[in-house]
Amino acid sequence: MTPLRISIAAAIAAVILLLVILELIRSRRLQERYALLWLLTGLVIFVLAVWRGLLGSLSDLVGIAYPPSALFVLAAFFVLLVLLHYSTVISKLSDQNRILAQRLALLEHRLDTDRLDDEISPHAS
Amino acid sequence: MTPEQATSSAAPRGAQRPPRLRELAIVPAHNEEGSVASVVRELRAVEPGFEIVVIDDGSTDRTAAIADAEGVDVIRLPFNLGIGGAVQTGYQYARDNGFDVAVQVDGDGQHDAREIARLLEPLLEGRADMVVGTRFAAGGGYRGTRLRRIGIHIFAAIVSLLVRARVTDTTSGFRAVNRKTISLFAIDYPHDYPEVEATVLAVRHGLRMVEVPVQMRVRETGSSSITALRSVYYMVKVLLALFIGLFRRYPTPLEEP
Repeated sequence: MTPLRISIAAAIAAVILLLVILELIRSRRLQERYALLWLLTGLVIFVLAVWRGLLGSLSDLVGIAYPPSALFVLAAFFVLLVLLHYSTVISKLSDQNRILAQRLALLEHRLDTDRLDDEISPHAS
Repeated sequence: MTPEQATSSAAPRGAQRPPRLRELAIVPAHNEEGSVASVVRELRAVEPGFEIVVIDDGSTDRTAAIADAEGVDVIRLPFNLGIGGAVQTGYQYARDNGFDVAVQVDGDGQHDAREIARLLEPLLEGRADMVVGTRFAAGGGYRGTRLRRIGIHIFAAIVSLLVRARVTDTTSGFRAVNRKTISLFAIDYPHDYPEVEATVLAVRHGLRMVEVPVQMRVRETGSSSITALRSVYYMVKVLLALFIGLFRRYPTPLEEP
């Protein structure tokens, strides 16, 4: 069984985390699709903090002697998940960024060429 | 527009070349203000039938202005994409403007325009969809640091296995391609250090690759992008990409020319 103080502290921390996430979504500073993993993280921490027996049985299951450290292991796992998710987002963004740069450069060049053609002969195709 | 020269007396192989084949030289250049003008002039002098497009890869020096003053088409990328993104822009330009043949020539002057004719031969004979100039096959001369040579040979062995054909110079960016390969590279081209992956990509798409021995020069100005630390990153990155590539499906459709 998790010590009561740790449970209370963890529950408060989880609630604060959830509230911050919800406020970020509300004020449109965080898109829902990127908030899902964070919400899940906050919920899991909250459930484990409140349901005190669960953390103990989970710890027993994987052989962790001191239940509260299971909480940290879990938290670290979720942080890794979130970071990995970010890496995929960054990869996608940099791909899209490259495509935009290429389109822009090609369009700009075409625009310049058209203008030049117009100056030389207005009837040029 | 460059005047079409169907029967050019200056070009030694003008007679065998099919008429009205549109040829493009793609010159990627990143901070090559010292060499880009001579690269362009040499191309003009040796291959007058080629249109030339310089891809300025977000240079911070006068590369774009100098190329512009030479009167060639210059495409300015808004920021540095790396050689892969720059070269791909050239292939997109080739596709959009209906070129039949594209040759990649580095802006640093290490590729000798007089070798282009040899690169084109297998393409024009229909023996290949992509021709890579190699420094190692018989007839090519290459001197570099020992470590670099060993690295190149190890890669060559691995790539040869993947491609099931003999590939000796995987880092060569001196290549000529036809329409099929242009349309592939325009939509799918590897990012940094793209040469090896581009070869594997093309072959896995069923395109035929042929190597041709060429002479390459020591770069004229600027500095090579290869340092010890980068070499390590290069090997790890490319090996990872090749390994993952084995498990990747290649559904990208090829639009027929």
